[in-house]
Amino acid sequence: MKRKSKSSAMERKKDVLEALRSLGKGIYDQMNNGVFPEIEMPSRSTTNLLYHPELRQYVLGDKNVNRTARNIRHLRPFTQLVWTAYFAHELTQLRKSSTLRDVYYSAQAFDISFNDQSQSNNIITDLETVVGYAREDFNIFPEERSAVFGDLTIEYTVPGYEGKQLNLSSHPDGMMVGPALTYSELIKTSADKIIVIEKGAMFTRFIEEHVYEKFNALIIYTSGQSPRATRFFIQRLNKEMDLPVFIFTDGDPWGMHIAMVLISGSANAAHLRELTIPDAKWAGVWASDIVDYKLPSDSLTEIDIKRLHELLKDPRYKGDIWQKQTKTFLKNKTKCELESFSRYGLTHIVDKYLPERFKELES
Amino acid sequence: MTEAFEEISPADFFYRNRDIAGFTNPARAVYASLRELVENALDASDFLGKPSEIYIRLSYEGKESPGTNFYNLRVNDNGSGVPDRHIPSAFGQVLFGSKYKLRQARGTFGLGGTMAILYGQITTHKPVQIFSSIGDSKIYEYNLMIDIQRNCPIILHRSAHANKTKWRGTMIEYSLEGDYPRAMSKILEYLKQTAVVNPYANITFIDPRGRLYKFTRATTKMPDPPKEIKPHPHGVDVEAIQRLIHATNCQNMQDFMKKTFHRVSENIAKNFLEFVKNNELKIIMNEIREKLIETKKEHKIETIIPKIEKRIMKVEVQKISSVLNEIEKILTKSGIPKIKSLIQSIRQRLIVAPLSLELKDPKQLRPNEIVKLVQAMKNYEKFFPPLASCLSPLGEELLRAGVLKELKPEFIAVCQRKPSAYSGHPFIVETGIAYGGEISKRENFTLYRFANRIPLLYDEASDVTWNVIKSINWRRYKVTPGMPITVITHICSTKVPYKTVGKEFIADRPEVKREILNGLHVVARQLRRFLSKKENVEKEKIRFDTFSKYLPKIGRFSTELSGEKKIPDVDYLLRSVKKI
Repeated sequence: MKRKSKSSAMERKKDVLEALRSLGKGIYDQMNNGVFPEIEMPSRSTTNLLYHPELRQYVLGDKNVNRTARNIRHLRPFTQLVWTAYFAHELTQLRKSSTLRDVYYSAQAFDISFNDQSQSNNIITDLETVVGYAREDFNIFPEERSAVFGDLTIEYTVPGYEGKQLNLSSHPDGMMVGPALTYSELIKTSADKIIVIEKGAMFTRFIEEHVYEKFNALIIYTSGQSPRATRFFIQRLNKEMDLPVFIFTDGDPWGMHIAMVLISGSANAAHLRELTIPDAKWAGVWASDIVDYKLPSDSLTEIDIKRLHELLKDPRYKGDIWQKQTKTFLKNKTKCELESFSRYGLTHIVDKYLPERFKELES
Repeated sequence: MTEAFEEISPADFFYRNRDIAGFTNPARAVYASLRELVENALDASDFLGKPSEIYIRLSYEGKESPGTNFYNLRVNDNGSGVPDRHIPSAFGQVLFGSKYKLRQARGTFGLGGTMAILYGQITTHKPVQIFSSIGDSKIYEYNLMIDIQRNCPIILHRSAHANKTKWRGTMIEYSLEGDYPRAMSKILEYLKQTAVVNPYANITFIDPRGRLYKFTRATTKMPDPPKEIKPHPHGVDVEAIQRLIHATNCQNMQDFMKKTFHRVSENIAKNFLEFVKNNELKIIMNEIREKLIETKKEHKIETIIPKIEKRIMKVEVQKISSVLNEIEKILTKSGIPKIKSLIQSIRQRLIVAPLSLELKDPKQLRPNEIVKLVQAMKNYEKFFPPLASCLSPLGEELLRAGVLKELKPEFIAVCQRKPSAYSGHPFIVETGIAYGGEISKRENFTLYRFANRIPLLYDEASDVTWNVIKSINWRRYKVTPGMPITVITHICSTKVPYKTVGKEFIADRPEVKREILNGLHVVARQLRRFLSKKENVEKEKIRFDTFSKYLPKIGRFSTELSGEKKIPDVDYLLRSVKKI
C-alpha cells in the first residue's frame, strides 16, 4: 500500500496565488510611477516552438513578446489579461471552480468584453504563459469530463469537503475527474499500475470484468483526446504514487496520437510543464495487433494516410515503436477500434489480449 | 371626295395636344398648372430685381362625379405687373409673351401660363380672373375666357380700381380639374426645390386641406439679371438668317455680320467673309484639279496647278474675266485639250461664288449663298465664344444659402463654372454637394437638378447629370453607398438643351457633360477633404475613448490583484495620449 505525505496540493495553490499577485503588483507599480504598464512573455508563435528531447515535449524558445498598454492594439487584450488574472486569483483564493465558458460570461459582469469564447480561451492561455501555471491551477476547467475507477483513497481539499476521504472504487460507474478530484490529496492505493483507456464502453467493460483486480490497476477513461486536468491527474499519480501508465487507444493514427499527447504533451501546451508523462507506454491497439490478433478492420482513408505521413515527421515520433507502428499502418492500410476484440467474445480483450500485452511490455 | 383641310390656331393645337405640355392627367395637370404660374410669378419679380413674394392657394371646390374634383388656384406675385393693354393677350392668347428674346428666363415657349388657364377653361368652363398693376395709380381687373379656335381672348369684364398703396404685381385666379392627393408629394417637392434655387423668395402655399407651407427667404440678395444679347453665329440656322436679313437695315454683309451677331467685330466680320469666299474657291479649285487629271497629262499638271491655284484664290468680282484669260494662256501653253469648255465651266462657278460678300447687300443674297453662309458660320472656329452676360446664374453665395436653408446639411460645397457654350448657346453650370445634417441616408445620392432656376423633377434617370454621376469613381472621394448626400446641379443657358418638350431632362451634350463633370469634381474634392477630417476626428475620438475605457480598468484590477489600497491615477497617462 503506497502512502504519501499530504498538502502538496495546498502548497501548490499558495504558489499560484503568489504568481498571480506579483503579476498584478508589477502592473500596479508601473502605473503608479506614471508609465504605461508592460508585460513580457514568451512568444507562442510556431517559429518559437521547439522540441526538447530531454523533456520529451515541446517547449517555447527564448523569443519574447511585449504587451504594452501604450499600444492601442494591445490595450484591450492587455486589459482582458489583467482582468483574467484578477478573476483567476479570486477563484483560487475562494477555492471556487469555473469553466472556460463560464469565464467568457463572467467577463461581461465586469464590462470586459470578449468577441467570442476562442478569444477568452486565448487570453487564458496568455495568462498561463505569463505566470507559468496551467489554468487548472487557478480552477478554470474545460467542459469535457473523464473518469477514474480503482482502489485509490483521496482526501478532498475543496471548501466544505476538507479532510473528507473517499475510495475511488466505491462507485461502479467510476468517479468523475473534476476539479475537486484533480486537486485532492492522494492518500493511498493498492494498485501497481494505471490503465488509461480512450473509450467509455471499454472503461465500463473493464470495471465489469474486474480488470482492476485481475491486473491490480487503476482504470482511467479519457473520453477521446484527454482533458488537461486528466493529464495532470495521471501525471500526479505517476509521479507521486510511482505508478507506471499503460495507454490503450483505437488502432488508428488518431488513437495513436491520443497516447502520444498523454506521453509527450501537445504543441498548444508548450508553455506548460507537468502535463506530460514521458514514461507512459502506448499499449495498443498497435497496427501489428490487427494482423496478429486477426482483428476486424477498416481501410485507412486518405485523411488517415495524410495524417500518418505528418506524424512520421513529428519529432515526438522518433522512438522505435512509433516509427515501426506508423509504417505498419501505412503498409497494411488498415485500422481498427478497441471494440473490434468483441468479435471473439466480450471478455476476449481482458482474458487474452491484456495478459499477453503486459507480459510483452514488462519483459 | 376630297379631304377637308383646315387651319388650326395655336390654342387649338395645344387644346388637342395638351399631353406634350404636361397636362396628361388630373394629378399631373394640377402640378403643371401650379408650376407654370409660380415660374411666371418668379420671372416677374426677377425682372424687377425685387425679392419675390409669392402666395399660392389651392382650394377644393367640390366634385362633379367620383374621381373628378375641382379646385380653385390662386397665385399672387409682387412682380412687374402687366400693362393694361397687354393683359388680355398675355393671359388669353397662346404663344404671346415677353420671352421670345435671347436671354435666360424660366419659360421659353411662352405657353405655360396660358396653357394652365386653357386647361382650367376646358375642364371647368369658367373664366379666369386677373388683377394686375405696374405700380401706377390703377389696378386693372379682368375676367377672361379664351376663344380656342381663334386663339384670342374674350373679355367678359374689365374694371379699373384705384391703387392707393401703389401695389405692383399680378394676381391670377381660376378653377381647374385636378387630383391633389396624388399630386401633393410632387408639388411639395417642387416648392422645396424651388426654394433652394430661389433663396431670396418668400413662398407661401396653402393646400386644399388648409395646411400652410412657408418657405422663408434666407437673403434679399438677388443674382444679377440677365442681359439681352444678339444671336451667336454658331447658333443660327437658315430660317433665322432669313428673318434677320428681313429685319436688318444694313447695306452690306460686313455691317450685317457686325451689327446682327454677338461678339462679331469688324475684323472678325471681314475675316469670316473672306473665309466664306476662300472656302468656296477651294472647292472650285478642287473641281478644276479633277478635270485636269481627266486629261491624263500628268507631267504637265504638276507644274500648272500651282499657277492656276494662285490666280483662282485671288479672284474678285470685277477681275473674273482677266483671271480666266490668264488661266487660258497657261492651259494653252501646256497643250491641254478642250480648253474652251473647261474655261466656260470655271466661269459659271465663279459667277455664282460668294465673292466680295463684304460689299453685298444682305437682302440681295441668293438662297444658295445663304445656305453656304450658315454652313460656314457653323464651321468657322475663330468667332469668340458667347459672353455669359445674358445668363443669370445663381452664384456660389446664393446657391449655398438656398441649400443651407432648405436642406440644413452638416457640410456644403458649391462651385460655379466659367461660362462655356454649345452650338453658339452660352451656358453656365453650377454644382453643389451637401452632406449630413438633415439629409437622409439613401442607397443612392439624392439629386436636385435645376435648369434656369427651375427644378426638374421627372425622368431623373435619363438626365445627363445621372450619367455623369455614374461615371465618377466616388470612392476616390471617400464617398460610400448609403451616405447622406445630396448632389445639386444647375445649368443656365439661353437655350437649355432639353431632350423633350416636357422640359424634364437634359440631353447628353459633350460640352455640357464636361462642365458638369468638372463642377462635380471640384465640389467632390472639397467633400473629400471634409470627410477625411471628420474621419480623423472620429478615429482620434475612438482612440482616446479606448484609452479612457481600458486604462482605469487596468488600474482597478491590478490594484485588487496586488492587494494595494489606492487605485493608481490614470489621468496622467490619459493626458499623454490626447492628441486633440
